[in-house]
Amino acid sequence: MADEKTLTKKDMKSDQEVRWCPGCGDYAILNCVQGVLADLGIPKEDFVVVSGIGCSSRFPYYMNTYGFHSIHGRAPAIATGIKVTNPELSVWLVTGDGDGLSIGGNHMIHMLRRNLDVKILLFNNEIYGLTKGQYSPTSPIGQRSKSTPFGSVDRPFNPLSLALGAGATFVARTIDTHMKHMEKTLRAAAEHKGAAFVEIYQNCVIFNDGAFDDVADKKVRSEKTIDLRSGEKLVYGKELDKGIKVEGFDTEVVDADRATVWDPSTPSPAPGFLLCQMDTDPRKPTPIGIFREVDAPLFDVEMNRQIDDATKAKGEGSFKDLVYAGDTWEV
Amino acid sequence: MTITEQPGADLPLQQQERVVIRFAGDSGDGMQITGNQFTSTSAFVGNDLATLPDFPAEIRAPAGTRPGVSGFQIHFSSADIHTPGDAPDVLVVMNPAALAVNLTDLKPGGMVIANTGNFKATDLKKARLDKNPLEDGSLDGYRVIEVDINDRVARALEDSPLSAKEVQRCKNFFALGIMYWLYSRPLEPTLNWLAEKFAKRPEVAEANQKALRAGFNSGDIHEMFQGRYEVAKCDVLPKGRYRNIMGNQSLSIGLVAGAELAGLKLFLGSYPITPASDILHQLSAYKHHGVFTFQAEDEIAAICSALGASFNGYLGVTTTSGPGVALKTEAMGLAVSTELPLVIVNIQRAGPSTGMPTKVEQADLLQAVFGRNGEAPMPVLACATPSDAFETAIEACRIAVQYMTPVMLLSDNYIANGSEPWRLPELDSLEPFPTEFRTEAEGYKPYSRNGKLARPWVKPGTPGLEHRIGGLEKENISGNISYDPDNHQLMTTLRNDKVMGVRDSIPKPEVHGPESGDLLVVGWGCTYGAITGGCQNMRARGASVANVHLRHVWPLPHGLNDLFSNYKRVLVPELNMGQLARILRSEYPKHEILSYMKVEGRPFTTTDVMAKIREIQEQV
Repeated sequence: MADEKTLTKKDMKSDQEVRWCPGCGDYAILNCVQGVLADLGIPKEDFVVVSGIGCSSRFPYYMNTYGFHSIHGRAPAIATGIKVTNPELSVWLVTGDGDGLSIGGNHMIHMLRRNLDVKILLFNNEIYGLTKGQYSPTSPIGQRSKSTPFGSVDRPFNPLSLALGAGATFVARTIDTHMKHMEKTLRAAAEHKGAAFVEIYQNCVIFNDGAFDDVADKKVRSEKTIDLRSGEKLVYGKELDKGIKVEGFDTEVVDADRATVWDPSTPSPAPGFLLCQMDTDPRKPTPIGIFREVDAPLFDVEMNRQIDDATKAKGEGSFKDLVYAGDTWEV
Repeated sequence: MTITEQPGADLPLQQQERVVIRFAGDSGDGMQITGNQFTSTSAFVGNDLATLPDFPAEIRAPAGTRPGVSGFQIHFSSADIHTPGDAPDVLVVMNPAALAVNLTDLKPGGMVIANTGNFKATDLKKARLDKNPLEDGSLDGYRVIEVDINDRVARALEDSPLSAKEVQRCKNFFALGIMYWLYSRPLEPTLNWLAEKFAKRPEVAEANQKALRAGFNSGDIHEMFQGRYEVAKCDVLPKGRYRNIMGNQSLSIGLVAGAELAGLKLFLGSYPITPASDILHQLSAYKHHGVFTFQAEDEIAAICSALGASFNGYLGVTTTSGPGVALKTEAMGLAVSTELPLVIVNIQRAGPSTGMPTKVEQADLLQAVFGRNGEAPMPVLACATPSDAFETAIEACRIAVQYMTPVMLLSDNYIANGSEPWRLPELDSLEPFPTEFRTEAEGYKPYSRNGKLARPWVKPGTPGLEHRIGGLEKENISGNISYDPDNHQLMTTLRNDKVMGVRDSIPKPEVHGPESGDLLVVGWGCTYGAITGGCQNMRARGASVANVHLRHVWPLPHGLNDLFSNYKRVLVPELNMGQLARILRSEYPKHEILSYMKVEGRPFTTTDVMAKIREIQEQV
């Protein structure tokens, strides 16, 4: 059986031809996910990959697992039905900034607050790709796109703030071109018990090429990003000489030795919230890594527990008991 | 208790075959409880019965106003009956607003029992009445019984530890007591119910019991009534064990039964909406039946979670009303495309848009049959009565799992909240339709098909059968994404053939009345009672009219074309602007199909149907 043998990345690849644009960031993410999933020690048949609509949502077709390519924005709801009825499955949800934060924003926040034990990969390219180039709810103000020829006047969402605000128990960010970091982050998400929300900066080569270059490009990455690692100081820079201090209601850039030691499991999500807001300040680095990691009851487990408890207390019911119930009389 | 021991036993006792009573009062007056108690007691004495609650959408409209009026009608009989009655014989009104709203329905010469305690100047003002209808002659031609229930209850409960306000809450039981006396009903079922209901507050139980008895004893006052009535046990009901059941209750039990007969567990994804929410409430109490209930964040999540559960090998169900169906439409298309079983329950209400949420209408039929983007065929069933919802729900589950298809089950507000005696089925006579999950990896193709054109169902977690499904067009057999033109034509045809093939598994509908004749009345859904009663009465008066009721509204059963040929004309009464008639005309163009439409938010009455049949006869 599959669980007896070790899976390889190759086992996770389906026989379908991958059809993203050449150079799309999705390829790197697919490659990384296939590697991470193969390594988790979970039998292949126990993975279910669920998606909505969008470029990213083609993902399930390329995974040699169970998969459900659903409708726009609704993957969280489909995943809820799947995970709740079989908590043994490892359910992965692939979505984008349009699918997950616009049309599916409602389902996203409710899945997060319930703490359904699924892994959510939100590919953020700050644009609608599959519909060919309209601005998205994460596009910055001023973004010119097919539907905003004069520039967008919409204030964007910060996906991490949204996830934290919705009560997500695991919140992280990584970058499609930063393979090692992505692998580490996805592994941490996989190991988390509960809803794990991972924003992945993903470059759309056709409609929004270079959207994250000012922070994610390899040449500037060490100066422009800071990796949040649990139990370690918040330091960054080529020489790791700079740090971030979280104090009161703000963050400040300080010398490395004064930097705050990062703890994503504080009772309040406030420090993570302050950090994820740093990307609006060009003087501060853009944080990546793990913003929040706490334990909370799992929705799928709790739902099953209620059923088990009721069955233990009342005995397994049959519809026959329901028919012949209440006041009956003979004619 | 025998009649001779009762107060007022010296009054003449008249036998009546059937009586229709309507209780009406403020929505805070407990009219639904009163009606339900009268119902249970009438069931207990063995009457045939049918009930219809009529409550406002507002939870508590301003007290004493017309929008706040809540009513409950019960038709009980010693003969076989089909509807909650056309017009009440007796109208019990707790305030002037209730009288103003309901008087037009009362039978000429009918009885009004009015609580005069609530007919003061302020009450009349709240009801927007310039004059007191008890005094201004507007009740001429009716028998009016005036009782100051407020005062009588206060006196009866002088010794009660309850506050004056709480004492007044017992008024409805006083009114019920009067009706129990008038119709010679036993008090015990309600006394017991009160004791059980208020076990933790014995003083409340006792006060209501006292009020009930006081109302009953007040019948003894000769000035109030000249006699009392008896409606004997109904002997024509088929033998068996019965219980009183509401449509949403029996539909819920039917879903549990359907899942069990399929060997599956039930998953309900639902979002609260009137008048479907009771199904969510009821199923959420059935956890020990392995029933998962998920109150989703919206209608779309409700159906999508159910579809996710179906993908996982559960019987996914979603329950809603018309506006919710509109929101679920895209996901229904996904269920059609992924060919997974799913039961969508629509408890219809008056539309469009929010419409009249607590009123009845059958105007979602075309939405059910055709209301999706693309060619997205789906079987549609409709239950006819509160108890019929049980069997129809089982049938919906059967079709869903045997044909791997979403199925729409239509009920409506009239069936959902109406009640009738349910002859309980012989449980072993219900035939199981066990589901087979594919576990064999060798040769597995996700879109291969069996004799019913259903594709194999595979649970995630099954080794070697990993596969992907979705809403993109699939290549026949392999299930891979395909944009091939010939393949799309083929898949569209296959999906349609599969759904149309359902008709091979359904019986010919039963025809009541002559095998051929002038008129065939075709009905679906909640019009059953009015059509059946109306046609029976017309046949008794010599009319050449038959009637047939469709449970399967899409695909239509075999044989309708031949059946229609046996009658000069076909009449389709519907609570819409002629939706089934439109379908029948397009499917069976050779026949003259007349439409009888009504969209008042009220059901057809037996009289309506009879009048229409007469009108058609006269045209011939």
